[in-house]
Amino acid sequence: MKIEVLGTGCTKCKALEEIAKQAIAKVGGFHSVEKVEDIQKIMDYGVMNTPGLVVDGVVKSTGKLLSVEEVLELINN
Amino acid sequence: MWKQSVDYFTLEVLGLSGQINDTINFFIYDTIKIWFLLITIIFAVSYLRTHFNTEYVRAYLQGKSEFTGNVLAALFGIITPFCSCSAIPLFLGFIQARIPIGVTFSFLISAPLNNEIAIAMLFGLFGFKITAIYIGFGLLVAILGGYFIGRMNMQKYILMDVKPMEGELEDIRISLTFKQRLKEAWDYTYDIFKKIYLYVMIGVGVGAFIHGYVPADFIASYAGSDNPFAVIIAVIMGIPMYSNAAGVMPLVEVLTSKGMLLGTALSFMMAVTALSLPEAMILKKILHIKLIALFFGIVGLGIIGIGYLFNFIL
Repeated sequence: MKIEVLGTGCTKCKALEEIAKQAIAKVGGFHSVEKVEDIQKIMDYGVMNTPGLVVDGVVKSTGKLLSVEEVLELINN
Repeated sequence: MWKQSVDYFTLEVLGLSGQINDTINFFIYDTIKIWFLLITIIFAVSYLRTHFNTEYVRAYLQGKSEFTGNVLAALFGIITPFCSCSAIPLFLGFIQARIPIGVTFSFLISAPLNNEIAIAMLFGLFGFKITAIYIGFGLLVAILGGYFIGRMNMQKYILMDVKPMEGELEDIRISLTFKQRLKEAWDYTYDIFKKIYLYVMIGVGVGAFIHGYVPADFIASYAGSDNPFAVIIAVIMGIPMYSNAAGVMPLVEVLTSKGMLLGTALSFMMAVTALSLPEAMILKKILHIKLIALFFGIVGLGIIGIGYLFNFIL
């Protein structure tokens, strides 16, 4: 599973990256968390409200700082 | 009923009287009333918002004709969230969807102008009529301002190359249950309230002091009808105050009751919300300074015009 956090460097974006990492640690196994800061790539996902959360190429959430539980829920669906 | 309870508290329980009673009474009454309204209105707006995100707005605005687009973009600006930190992705995202630059600006003017904090504060302090006037004229500035910017051929001043999307863009739909929406709205409300409750208290506190101790003709001579430049000065002063809308508005209300003209007050409040220096700095990364100057110039002139119009009519 590949998780991407979209954000150009706002505080919420950094916080979401941390939370995504914590969520991944709870899931276990080999997964990657990547921070996408390139505005062009963020645009390509069609996201305008950062931070965005993308799981395996699918946009799951935009403009929100999620909790660890919420990230886990989005990963599992 | 709320007024009576506060009266009872300050007069009977605290045993105050005269000017000091006036001041403390005003402070308690206004602070708690505004807190209550802020929570209610922000909650309602953020609940509605869970149904309209900016991605949805973009998909909807795509391919609309110019003037209709300006009107719709300004209206959507009321309901969608806006933070100056997301101004760049928003701007580029609209251009990417081939939404005309003027329509994009209509949205960019309307969204911060009609933010939920400003609306809640206005409603609590000035009542329904003034809030409606503020929103109505705010929309007018956003529609006409965006329309004029669109006519000015400014495409060359967008400094970043955005390749337009092929075909129609789909809106990203993230489905939520009713309970999730309520929770999200509540989290957001709590977040905002935590950030601004202190500013409201300070604003009302200083306001209460002016209310009780500063004579009316003092303010009237500076901001009243005797000063023909009051509106322009008010707009310039409003530009650096963006983040403090919650603290500034209680002051404006008191100044109005002490003789500041309503048009001047309206202009000032619109300048506080619509013209934000941090937003201009952020947009400078992707827009030429000329385009930003045009944006500020048109919105500033519109707001000043509204101020004079109101001072003249009322």
